[in-house]
Amino acid sequence: MNSLSHKFVGALVGALALAGTIAPVYAQSAKPVEIMNVSYDIGRELFIKINEAFAADWLKKKNQTVTIAQSHAGTGAQARSILEGLPADVVTFNQVIDVQVLADKGKLIPADWQKRLPNASSPYYSLPAFLVRKGNPKNVKDWSDLARDDVKAVFPNPKTSGNARYTYLAAYAFGLDKFKGDHAKTQDFVKKFLSNVPVFDTGGRASTTTFIDRNIGDVLITFEAEVNAAKKEYGDKGFEIVIPSQSLLAEFPVAVIDKNVDRKGTREIATAYLEYLYTEEAQEIIASFANRVQNPKVLERHKAAYPAVKLVTVEDIFGGWEKANKDHFAEGGILDKVFVKR
Amino acid sequence: MFYLTLIVLLPIAALILKTTDAGFMRFWEVVTSPRALASFRITIGAALMATAFSAVYGLLMAWILTRYRFPGRRILDALMDLPFALPTSVAGIALTALFAGNGWFGRFLEPAGFPVAYSIAGVAVAMAFTSVPFVVRTVQPVIEELKPELEESAATLGAWQWQTFRRTIYPAIFPAHLAGCTMAFSRSLGEFGAVIFIAGNLPFETEIAALLIFIRLEEYDYPAAASIAIVLLAVAFVTLLTTNAIQSWRLRRVVKD
Repeated sequence: MNSLSHKFVGALVGALALAGTIAPVYAQSAKPVEIMNVSYDIGRELFIKINEAFAADWLKKKNQTVTIAQSHAGTGAQARSILEGLPADVVTFNQVIDVQVLADKGKLIPADWQKRLPNASSPYYSLPAFLVRKGNPKNVKDWSDLARDDVKAVFPNPKTSGNARYTYLAAYAFGLDKFKGDHAKTQDFVKKFLSNVPVFDTGGRASTTTFIDRNIGDVLITFEAEVNAAKKEYGDKGFEIVIPSQSLLAEFPVAVIDKNVDRKGTREIATAYLEYLYTEEAQEIIASFANRVQNPKVLERHKAAYPAVKLVTVEDIFGGWEKANKDHFAEGGILDKVFVKR
Repeated sequence: MFYLTLIVLLPIAALILKTTDAGFMRFWEVVTSPRALASFRITIGAALMATAFSAVYGLLMAWILTRYRFPGRRILDALMDLPFALPTSVAGIALTALFAGNGWFGRFLEPAGFPVAYSIAGVAVAMAFTSVPFVVRTVQPVIEELKPELEESAATLGAWQWQTFRRTIYPAIFPAHLAGCTMAFSRSLGEFGAVIFIAGNLPFETEIAALLIFIRLEEYDYPAAASIAIVLLAVAFVTLLTTNAIQSWRLRRVVKD
């Protein structure tokens, strides 16, 4: 719908320009351009807004109509599609490893892609948070409650969802903290935590549906942004947000896909699109979707929406994504060991 | 032959090639891992349940649609193909909504001790939904060809209704019925879209082989994914081959008689 209306406006502007009557400014306007942003599952609503704002900004500055095609799915599947030839201009993912694979397996981007933009190419961040039912009947306060026998938690399958990989690692990091670095005890804790999950959906949005529409589970664990969106969307159901004592910093890495933009001649606009995400205007939009941002002015305005939380990083606790992936998520890794029959 | 090669054999050859990338030891390790074995058991078990249901229900529907004239028959006939036309993920979401604990059916079934959604029964329901038209559509034309005189003469010879069905009608339908059931079974083995929404996807309990393939792809482990796919393919192929053997054996017997 969005891209259609843009096309329509573009066509209209073009027609007027040809007629040369009303808007002489447009007479020299550049050819409309289309770029493709390949993104994560639950980023749809955010990027609809971002794309509108960016298109307006670009039209004002460069006098060129831009249409941004959006594609949203689990980032693992998205990365595979790009490796197999999906002509993405930029990726906006929620997983560093799924961008890294584009460098490692496809040589589509340089290995040091994270150095190209501020904050390790992550214009915003989030963290796994909890959504509980009205009145918090099971009194869930922290990760430790999720290993209780009477609590059922819903989140997607860590094997198929980046969102869930953060949840799994956040629980593991909490365990390490609680058991003072004892991996055996931590793994027992995580095993119990995983065995309390009644349904493993394949993606973040599906888990939200399971929790809300199917009425399954006592806690939904997903990004803070999704937790807030669900609470707002279903205001009448009185869901409550619980921020655990400690969580894991979830980066949202972005990258221009060099091989694709050079072939399509879209490098300038693709780069501008990602740089735009760091502007105050864009950060305001991003923050309004309950993602946490770095821009100090925007941060000040949304202070109330960001409860203080101790955030640990994959780098600090797990020695970086590559190592975390090998230790935990690869076949036969720790996840396979704790993800067993109940 | 050319098109068969292009459309059917080429992808299968690619699949086998992918598996051989890693060698036989790796293939064996992947397909005999406890999680893979559990997923095969669940997939084949649920597919058998789904096929058993489709066999009875599909035959019944085919019979009703050909032998009875009632208002709305044409609409019902057209509806029979809906599972083919409906995107399977839509079917999966709709079935989950119906059978979940707060759904129309689930709210009665679950308190009665028959949880369907997020159990192996749910997997079977999704498979049955997407595969029942195979039985209806293969059996229907055969029933249409059956002459009512056949049943009448059986009746005049003193056959009971059940005897008429068992001795006269069913032998004529049997080859088509068997073919339909085989197709329904093979289709159920590979069903993904409809199943993952209703299954709950718990490892060792409701995780189907097709999802395990998806998970292995997610790990960029293409040979492992191909290995699991090969097993599914082999099961389907052996089933189809067996059915053909049974049919040709029956045909020879009929000719001899």
